[in-house]
Amino acid sequence: MTDILVVTAHPQMAHSRVTRQLMLAAAKLPAHRVHVRDLYALYPDYLIDVAAEQACLRRASLLVWLQPIYWYGMPPLLKLWLDEVFAFGWAYGPGGQALRGKHLWLVASTGGPAESYAPDGYNHFEFEAFLPPYQQSAALTGMHWLPPLLLHGAHQVDTATLQGHIEALADKLQRWPDWASDGIQPHASNPAHPSTGKAGEPPASASASASASTTVPSTARPAR
Amino acid sequence: MEAGTGWLHASLIYLGAAVIAVPLARLLGLGSIIGYLAAGIAIGPWGLKLVTDPQAMLSFAEFGVVLMLFLVGLELQPKRLWALRRPIFGWGSVQLLACTALIAAAALAAGLDGKLALVAGLALAMSSTAIGLGVLNERKMLPTTAGQNVLSVSLFQDIAAIPILALLPLLAVAGGGAGLAEASQAADNPWLGAAKAAAVIAAIIFGGRLLLRPALRWIAGSDTPEIFTAASLLLVVATAALMHSVGLSMALGAFLAGVLLAESEYRRELETDLAPFKGLLLGLFFIAVGMSIDFAVVLAYPGVVAAVVAGFILLKALVLIAMARVMPVPLAERPVFVTLLAQGGEFGFVVLQAGLGASLISAQASSLLVAAIALSMLCTPLILVLCDRFVAPRLAIQGQGPAQEEIAQAQHAPVIICGFGRYGQIVGRLIYACGLDATVLDHDAEQVAGARFFGWPAFYGDATRLDLLRMAGAAEARVIVVAVDDIEASLAIVDLARQHFAQARLVVRARNTTHWYALARRGVQHVERETLDSALMSGRSVLELMGWERHEARTRALRFRQHTLELLGEMAPHQEDRNKLASVAIEGRRQLEELWQRERQSSQRSQAQRGGGFDATTSAPPPAGSRTDTQA
Repeated sequence: MTDILVVTAHPQMAHSRVTRQLMLAAAKLPAHRVHVRDLYALYPDYLIDVAAEQACLRRASLLVWLQPIYWYGMPPLLKLWLDEVFAFGWAYGPGGQALRGKHLWLVASTGGPAESYAPDGYNHFEFEAFLPPYQQSAALTGMHWLPPLLLHGAHQVDTATLQGHIEALADKLQRWPDWASDGIQPHASNPAHPSTGKAGEPPASASASASASTTVPSTARPAR
Repeated sequence: MEAGTGWLHASLIYLGAAVIAVPLARLLGLGSIIGYLAAGIAIGPWGLKLVTDPQAMLSFAEFGVVLMLFLVGLELQPKRLWALRRPIFGWGSVQLLACTALIAAAALAAGLDGKLALVAGLALAMSSTAIGLGVLNERKMLPTTAGQNVLSVSLFQDIAAIPILALLPLLAVAGGGAGLAEASQAADNPWLGAAKAAAVIAAIIFGGRLLLRPALRWIAGSDTPEIFTAASLLLVVATAALMHSVGLSMALGAFLAGVLLAESEYRRELETDLAPFKGLLLGLFFIAVGMSIDFAVVLAYPGVVAAVVAGFILLKALVLIAMARVMPVPLAERPVFVTLLAQGGEFGFVVLQAGLGASLISAQASSLLVAAIALSMLCTPLILVLCDRFVAPRLAIQGQGPAQEEIAQAQHAPVIICGFGRYGQIVGRLIYACGLDATVLDHDAEQVAGARFFGWPAFYGDATRLDLLRMAGAAEARVIVVAVDDIEASLAIVDLARQHFAQARLVVRARNTTHWYALARRGVQHVERETLDSALMSGRSVLELMGWERHEARTRALRFRQHTLELLGEMAPHQEDRNKLASVAIEGRRQLEELWQRERQSSQRSQAQRGGGFDATTSAPPPAGSRTDTQA
């Protein structure tokens, strides 16, 4: 049973620096533990096999979205995946219990450097301001939101920083669900026994971690 | 035989003969005209003697020729003629004049009468449109250079038949031979005769322009289909009678009438109504010609007949080979071009009959020449087979001369495209636009020339040859595209590639499902059925036009595509068993319909449910704007 499902989407994976290397690092991990799905390679015609995707999700306790941040959100195929796979009656709504108790982890990279995500930066908002749609998507389906792993300034990041970031991802994936050293206690992901919170209510740990997202800043500027 | 039922007996004989002989002839690959001739010979005075006076039938059956020429005139499109004027009037007249001249000269040299030589020349110079078109269709050579040129020459012969038929009776007059009654009348007063002729022609043209279409409109308005048919026949009969009364060719009159109506709105209807009459009467004509062959003459001079057949075919072939060189016709197509035009044709019979009728030639000569033409038509399939067997391979080797470049140097492009027709060209254009290089192989010299014109390294040759593939770089190629349209060739190339060039990935065009299965059995992964995606796009348009949203139509079409490809894979193991195949196909279709039905129902249900509020079981407030937000 695969514990971790990594869903990655990059419209031009061949030209990607960060996402591609992260994907390759995840793919190196044991296949029975980590299953990687490259959406643009699987579905070049945007015809998503919903049944297959749902089957993969069923087996996993951790869903990882590995993506570049496009216009403060997801690349289009990932959004389509979200729209079609998280179906009414399956992921949410009456009888929609399939994702309850699982965990959602965003691993994203941005073009803008960390300091651009500030009220005086050109992105005008802290990066956290763009997270509610992700968080709420998790919440609505009963998933637990984990602190995202972000890399800002992806185009200028130097190799050492990038390498460190890649190793951080590989390490966390390998240790899952043992993330106690990061101060995160994942919920027991057994959908037969739903977590104590009511559906639709964000679990306690998620709200604590929302403001403490782990970021890897670009080296030239001080950490924000 | 009681006079009243004479026609009954005659119909029985003629129809019976035709119905038996023609299918037999076609079965033997000889064509229907040979069948009619054979039927005529069989029932005539030299066969079963069922008919002893062929002449009466012949005059009646000539009407078939008249009808045929009316339809030729009807189908004449001045614009198309003008567009093709060079091949039709240029090469056509070259062929006719050169062949006539050569044959007439040979006849004169053999000591024959001048008029006989001329008539023989004209008759033997004609080729058989029916056989020509039939063979071209069969070999799918109509769009090639050779095919188009055969068509143009045939068309010219059709048109030239008119003046020829018109002139022959006048020749009789000019030569002072014993002509028809009208001709001797004209001999008394040639100017009167000419004036009458001119007047009749003028009357047909002007009267036709003014009266024909309104008259047909009035008749069509009566809304009785058979009356329209009767009117069309009446038209042809009347014109023919008019022309006959002044000693002119009936066929010319019918041709004029046809041309007058060629641009009218009744053209299609006239064609449809008259075609069966033309077909049967023409068949009758050939039967009558067969009946009138005087076998005594043929049997008396078998050597002469054989010499005439061989002689005129050779003389025509000489002219045609020279023409083919100058046109030029690609080397590989020349044998068919020459063979199809070198034989004699049905117009030859017509000319001979006209000559006989104008007393330009004797019945003996006519019989001999008819036999010669018929024999040449009989020989055509044989000659074609011989060409295929012996001449074509030699030409294929020869054809690798300077005109078409076969590969002289080894090529190194990463992609090889075998077959550069409609399919291969699109593949080529796409990869070219993406900056890839490809080496192109095609067995059509014109495609190769066209590809080179656009800057592709294209080479002439048969891609099923191993040495050619090697020279094209197949041993280092990364991808070999097999886009040829011949299924056997396609499989041969795939087999060669798998055996000798295993490093190359194959991308193959499948002409149909059976071909697809054959390729699947050979382990080819990238196979595309050539019509699938285009047809699906058409289906998508239909859905849109019937009210589906465009994106929905697109998704349906693509999902259907996925489904049908999966189904194809499922059906592959059961190809041998038709019943299993059918049941898998039916089951597959049912499953898809069921699946879409279920999806439709569940989406309707979820729409309804969401209308009534998000989640009745929870106490959490529904997300803002629930109906539009989380629409899955």
